[in-house]
Amino acid sequence: MSAVAVRLRSRRKGAGLGLVAWLLGIVFFLPIAWMALTSFHSEEDAATNPPSFAASLTLDGYREFFGAGGGASPWPALINSTVASVASTLFVLVLALPAAYALSIRPVKKWTDVLFFFLSTKMLPAVAGLLPLYLFAKNTDMLDNIWLLVILYTSMNLPIAVWMMHSFLAEIPVAIIEAARVDGAKLPTILTRVVAPIALPGIAATALICFIFSWNELLFARVLTGVVAETAPVFLTGFITSQGLFLAKVCAASLVISLPVLAAGFAAQDKLVQGLSLGAVK
Amino acid sequence: MTATTTAPVATTPMRTTRRPSARLRAWATRAPLLPALIFMIVVTQLPFVATLVISFFDWNSLYPDARHFTGVDNYQEVLTDADLRHSVWTTVLLTVAVVLASLVLGLILALLLDRKFKGRGVVRTLLIAPFLVVPVAAALLWKHVLYNPEYGLFNGLLHYVGGPQPDWISNTPLLAVEAALVWQWTPFMMLILLAGLQSRDHEQIEAARVDGASDWQIFRHLTLPHLRRYLELGALLGSIYIVQNFDAVFTITSGGLGTANLPYTVYQSFYQAHENGLASAAGVLVVIGSIIIATFALRVVSSLFREEVSRA
Repeated sequence: MSAVAVRLRSRRKGAGLGLVAWLLGIVFFLPIAWMALTSFHSEEDAATNPPSFAASLTLDGYREFFGAGGGASPWPALINSTVASVASTLFVLVLALPAAYALSIRPVKKWTDVLFFFLSTKMLPAVAGLLPLYLFAKNTDMLDNIWLLVILYTSMNLPIAVWMMHSFLAEIPVAIIEAARVDGAKLPTILTRVVAPIALPGIAATALICFIFSWNELLFARVLTGVVAETAPVFLTGFITSQGLFLAKVCAASLVISLPVLAAGFAAQDKLVQGLSLGAVK
Repeated sequence: MTATTTAPVATTPMRTTRRPSARLRAWATRAPLLPALIFMIVVTQLPFVATLVISFFDWNSLYPDARHFTGVDNYQEVLTDADLRHSVWTTVLLTVAVVLASLVLGLILALLLDRKFKGRGVVRTLLIAPFLVVPVAAALLWKHVLYNPEYGLFNGLLHYVGGPQPDWISNTPLLAVEAALVWQWTPFMMLILLAGLQSRDHEQIEAARVDGASDWQIFRHLTLPHLRRYLELGALLGSIYIVQNFDAVFTITSGGLGTANLPYTVYQSFYQAHENGLASAAGVLVVIGSIIIATFALRVVSSLFREEVSRA
């Protein structure tokens, strides 16, 4: 068979398979689309069987979620989540950037062992240290304190960040850094003025992925926070038992709380695999 | 726990200098690493050591004065208690089912997305979206919006074709949790496998095709061997995350109907039953399970990593 005929055949088949891909994409997205549609329905229209696809749209679900009906306001939880995610991400970057420097640009002896130590901590399940952390927090009055979560989320994301940044920093030509050092620049200057600007896209992707994992976390937040430091996922657990007609409100809540993750995820799309595979896949 | 894999040899540029300044320089090189390293040891390793110690004590936090050393009694109780043994089995079942199903689905989707077609970027975005819903929100979505027997979408759609109206969560609780997790984790597998597919040698495949190899032959003899390590990586990383899953079990069934996995059981035994010793023993068992998986995972990551280093 000639190469042209082969290509023609595969092109025709490609169109059919493209259709299958579209179909599967829509099937996977359908629950999210349905959630979005339901969030704009009234509670009466949301809870019908068969489903009312063409019911009139309203913002009542969102108003309810934001506390218009006298329920608890989600704002404290959203603010707590923002503090926990943003602060822990900043700490991660401050700790990971010098560490990655010492593992790639001017590597310490046995740098691969250190790198794999970081990775192995990621494989230690969260429940392994949960109880001592709880007892520690209780005895030091750190329970229900958002800064305890900040510390824990920093430790949760630091290995990922070190691995990702290690692979980004390894791509920087050593000559540039040597030149800066010859000019008398100290390490903080080298990191902030030379390394950070070059590795900026990689650092941004790392930050977004750390942000996502912190924002999503439930187990630590559920055990270690209560009324004051409650995060958005803990707020969502209030919807676990159904309370009459509340489907539109649940959908609105889920969507609003997922919005930052969806935004961060799509922004980091190209580097998402690398972060999730801890830098093993490029 | 530390890495047991043999890592590639470090290529530290060593210069011959006078002894004291060499030592000083070695510490100057190490200094930027130390804050992160010390932080990780304090926050992740110390609590685990504490868990290990507590696991040898009979300790109910409601009766703190009755605390005493019991040796391996907690482990015996965890391993002989019917509920706890069941949760070990549930953890295995949940992890294996979710990882395998999402891996197969992810492979199919990755193969489809590897071809050029109109709107490929849009389809890719649609497929990634489930992974970017907050896990608790995704679990709530499945529990209330899809599974609800009266007004859930599944039964609503079944209604159109005159199908039955099952109570999904009550009838098949574990499967209900698994389906929700497969939906969230398939995009993860797809992304890893897609990266694997795109790193194939395309000239080799083109050559095989011109030589008359069928699509199946190319898949079986070229693509699959190349993908093997990516499949392993996806399976192992997926296992590590799903063994630890708490959100879906907590949200969809609250550990009821025989769906309590080990993380949920650990949570429940100290948060609700206040059995600190038992909870710690169960926690240590989760860690042992994870170490077994992690040893394999580290080997796979290490081999991919070595390839990366040798290529650079």
